Amino acid sequence: MTKKFNLEQAYYLFLLIRESEEKIIDLYSTDKIKSPVHLSIGQEAIAVGVSMALRQEDVIFSNYRGHAHYLAREANLDKMWAELYGKSRGTARGKGGSMHLNDASKNFMPTSAIVSTSVPEAVGYAYALKYKMEPGVVICYHGDGATEEGVFWESLNFASLHNLPIIFICENNEYAIYTHQNKRTLGDPIVDRANSFGVNSCKVKGNETEDFYNITIDCLNKIKKKSNPYLIECMTTRWKDHVGVGDGIDLNYRDHKEINRALENDDLKNLEKQLSEKIVSKIKLRVQEEIKQAVIFAESGKFPNSKELHENVYG
Amino acid sequence: MDNTLDKKLINYGEAIYEATYQEMAINDNVFTYGLGVDDPKGHYGTTKNLHRDFGNKRCFDTPLSEDSLTGIGIGAALAGLRPIYVHQRMDFLLLCMNQLVNMAAKIRYMSSGEHTVPLVVRAAIGRSWGQGAQHSQALHSYFMHIPGIKVIAPTTPHDAKGALIASIRDNNPVIFVEHRMLYKNAGYVPSESYEVPFGKGRILREGNDITIVGVSHTVEDSLRAAELLKDVGVNAEIIDPISLSPIDYDLIRKSVDKTKKLLVVDNGWSTCGFSSEIITDVAINCSNIRCERMGFANTPCPTTPSLEKDFYPNPRTIAVTANNMCDGDSKWNPPEVTQQEITSFKGPF
Repeated sequence: MTKKFNLEQAYYLFLLIRESEEKIIDLYSTDKIKSPVHLSIGQEAIAVGVSMALRQEDVIFSNYRGHAHYLAREANLDKMWAELYGKSRGTARGKGGSMHLNDASKNFMPTSAIVSTSVPEAVGYAYALKYKMEPGVVICYHGDGATEEGVFWESLNFASLHNLPIIFICENNEYAIYTHQNKRTLGDPIVDRANSFGVNSCKVKGNETEDFYNITIDCLNKIKKKSNPYLIECMTTRWKDHVGVGDGIDLNYRDHKEINRALENDDLKNLEKQLSEKIVSKIKLRVQEEIKQAVIFAESGKFPNSKELHENVYG
Repeated sequence: MDNTLDKKLINYGEAIYEATYQEMAINDNVFTYGLGVDDPKGHYGTTKNLHRDFGNKRCFDTPLSEDSLTGIGIGAALAGLRPIYVHQRMDFLLLCMNQLVNMAAKIRYMSSGEHTVPLVVRAAIGRSWGQGAQHSQALHSYFMHIPGIKVIAPTTPHDAKGALIASIRDNNPVIFVEHRMLYKNAGYVPSESYEVPFGKGRILREGNDITIVGVSHTVEDSLRAAELLKDVGVNAEIIDPISLSPIDYDLIRKSVDKTKKLLVVDNGWSTCGFSSEIITDVAINCSNIRCERMGFANTPCPTTPSLEKDFYPNPRTIAVTANNMCDGDSKWNPPEVTQQEITSFKGPF
């Protein structure tokens, strides 16, 4: 596979995520989104780079910080917004909310709000793809905190034992809520530990979209030749609070320099610099219009009827 | 029961094997996994040689990773497969609770029906020969508490086969409760494929004086108690609920409306358990019913036989309780009944 990195598309997806999250921040005080949100701002480059490398047949497992993964997969923006508003036009007719998005048409599986809990599901899906001799590869997004759960390593062991077609995308933003990784585990262990399970692993620093794209393409090519699990530890920075729309700066749980460095290295600006002004303004207009329409779609939709409370408990 | 089908005498374990084999033969998406499923014993014969007949892809042993292996089954189910995850003891399901409760039970609801989890989790309740506190637990009521999970606990070989087939074909996660002391029970079972549906119980013995509802192995002991009760002229109706979630409330209500007395004999602890659920339903929906319940002693299960014998209800204690409820002679002292399946068991597990 020699698919070239599409700069315009990367910028569009990145901006769509950034602006969509910013819109949530703008509207949050209205309390129209009556649920927790775990914003992806600062971490968009991973989702954009990875998603642009994927093909239709690939399958995505994500988590409660999943807006970027969802939008980068070009899943339905209108439905995501309707879901945030709890409307029946939403991805789960309002029963899921921000933490439980899904879009079957994009192979974007329902996300979980419990750390590491959808990791074995991703592995099981990869087992099924191999079982049915289908061509897809599973992408399993998770955070650094997920690697502290026992189930994570159980899952890697099984993926390795059965040579499953899966790429674990570890988004390492170094914080579990406000607790730094160095208070939770010794050293810098994720890649070494994953390698020791027979999962080929590497670390990518710099938080740049094109790097994440290239490494994903590389892994997909290797899997195409021989089915095996891979892990990419993607170093990144969460700009906002763990949950909600604040930045948490006044909590002083981390050095302000960390955030400032990340803001200076914003890959959205780097992508923008490489495009002509004309293209940038065209994409900005497109993104603004799409988000405007999505908010209208959400606001104008109906809430589900009371009878829906009892629907879809069983099938 | 369907009398038109060709039947043969097989035991409970063989019935489970037959259900699994037949479903795997007709549906390539069905697979069986779990610790020891492809070992020479094949989990009491219930999975014996399936790996030879269907290949290692469709019947495989696992690492000792119950948490992830449950999630792996859920993930495979999301992809359209129909996994059967086999556990040698129900106690081990405690290692799987996050996946079962937070994921399997909720994915359908959280995606408004976009995704379903057709996963069967088979789990055997242990008893006797020193199972002790961690190899004897019956946790069916834990799962009955959770919307989105079905629970089924067949007692007879006929129902074991049909209920497992129904479980495999069901689009929801199912906890399939087995009991080690039932595996050798023999019964006539149709050779062909058939389903024993969820939500339907069965009257195993008709009577007018008292309704006794058991669960799994205590259904057997309740039937034995009914034989003892004949000596004092008490004609007990024995109900096997089979399906614990959903429950056939109608069947139980109709029976107690007739007998006016309900004894629930759980194969588990009483507090917040199956008996609480049944008696609550009857208290709300029926009038003037005398209720009692029995279950495990409110202790962990002791290992030594001298204490273990008092941990479980038995045919004698069930009969005495029922007779008292029928205002019989409180000094009645029925004979001990040999529970052959328990006394004859000699390990090594």
